[in-house]
Amino acid sequence: MMFRLEKIRYKGILHIDNLTISAGMVTCLTGESGAGKTSLLRLLNRMDDPDSGSIFYQDQLLESLNPIEHRRKVTMLSQTPFILPGTIEENLQMGLELTEREKKDETELEKALETVQLQKALTDGAENLSGGEKQRLALARLLLLKPEVYLLDEPTAALDEETELKVMSRFLEEVKLEKGTVIMITHSRQLADICAEKMIIMKKAKEDDY
Amino acid sequence: MEGNGIIDIEFWRLCAAYVFVVVLLIIVKWRGISREKQIILATVRMTVQLILAGYVLTYIFENPHPLLSLGFLCAMALFSIHNIFKQVPYTLNKKIKRMVILSMLTGPMAALFYFNVVVIHFTPWYEPRYFIPIAGMIVGNAMTGVTLALKNLHDGICSNREKVEAMLMLGATPKRAVKKYVDAAFDSAVLPTLNNMLGMGIIFLPGMMTGQIMSGISPLIAIEYQIAILIGILGSVSLTVVLFIMLSFRAFFTKNAQLSI
Repeated sequence: MMFRLEKIRYKGILHIDNLTISAGMVTCLTGESGAGKTSLLRLLNRMDDPDSGSIFYQDQLLESLNPIEHRRKVTMLSQTPFILPGTIEENLQMGLELTEREKKDETELEKALETVQLQKALTDGAENLSGGEKQRLALARLLLLKPEVYLLDEPTAALDEETELKVMSRFLEEVKLEKGTVIMITHSRQLADICAEKMIIMKKAKEDDY
Repeated sequence: MEGNGIIDIEFWRLCAAYVFVVVLLIIVKWRGISREKQIILATVRMTVQLILAGYVLTYIFENPHPLLSLGFLCAMALFSIHNIFKQVPYTLNKKIKRMVILSMLTGPMAALFYFNVVVIHFTPWYEPRYFIPIAGMIVGNAMTGVTLALKNLHDGICSNREKVEAMLMLGATPKRAVKKYVDAAFDSAVLPTLNNMLGMGIIFLPGMMTGQIMSGISPLIAIEYQIAILIGILGSVSLTVVLFIMLSFRAFFTKNAQLSI
């Protein structure tokens, strides 16, 4: 068991009585907008704390863990990829530097780019990339961090469906090799159907739920 | 009217200086800029505050006492803290306010005592003729520095919220996630002092030096004081701003390393 949520209430957005998320699996979160999908990922990443209830990560209460160390194991990719001025290589290394990990050599960086099917040189500028390319660069950066859990907030929303499927299949294959767990928000029915081993469909919380 | 080498401005001539304010009022009225109230308020406050300062300083100079010098210094520090809070156009949380107070009470004081004891070296240490004007320059410039640092730090973090959060989500420490904005805030706070030093003596002659020259002191002595005080100001601004920034960036985060603004 990776996560266990009990009686979670959060800002009138989330109302979860009981939810478990298994280790080593791809779990897709779908549902109408405003249903609290991003809020749920943020709670799991500990960017926010629930108003009440408990979240357990590997049977440990989330509150009892160091938030920064937790995020290095359970890492979230924000919806808008953040790309800094500089080369693709600098952007890839930045994730490692930010989290105080050792830098990787060029072969590993190129392999990550290949996994997300971004055909660019490491020396190319990152700022001129298209929206979809930036998303893939951010995915490659995350892949290099090798967290235990990948929390992905619509990681390929800017890609066309065909590319999205190709990129995510390769990405998930790579994560599975490392025995990683993925919790991913997606609006693509097809992507969810193909990749998800477990689906969570979220609905807007009603006022009388509180 | 001349006495001790300095012209005492006659009362009506001093009043004539207010013509400039009248000119400014006419201009803003003509251009439709609604600043009349502020101009009048600023002029009245400046006049009243300086008259009061004149009397208070005369009294303190004639009756030098350590408590009086320290009291004046405290009043300056409190007024500058109040001014910082007023100049920032958003509500500050308690933690940030506390950091402003702490840094304004320690940075300028440390710089002031070092400057007075080591650089100028006057006795007794509380001699108000030196102590008060120097304290004014050091505290005043630290105030400007902290205001700029606070505004830039706040704006930098608020307008880059998404980026800061994206870094936190990956597992960056708050310190690392805001490093860029902290550095930029420090830079913006120290830059005016550095620019001031660059133009010094060519583009402008600073108030203290002008005052000394007008009161008959040799420009060579006046520049000694000016060089010393400029470096003192730079030291005070950098020390206070560094202290403020190092303490205050944490105030933008909760204890669980989440953004709290």
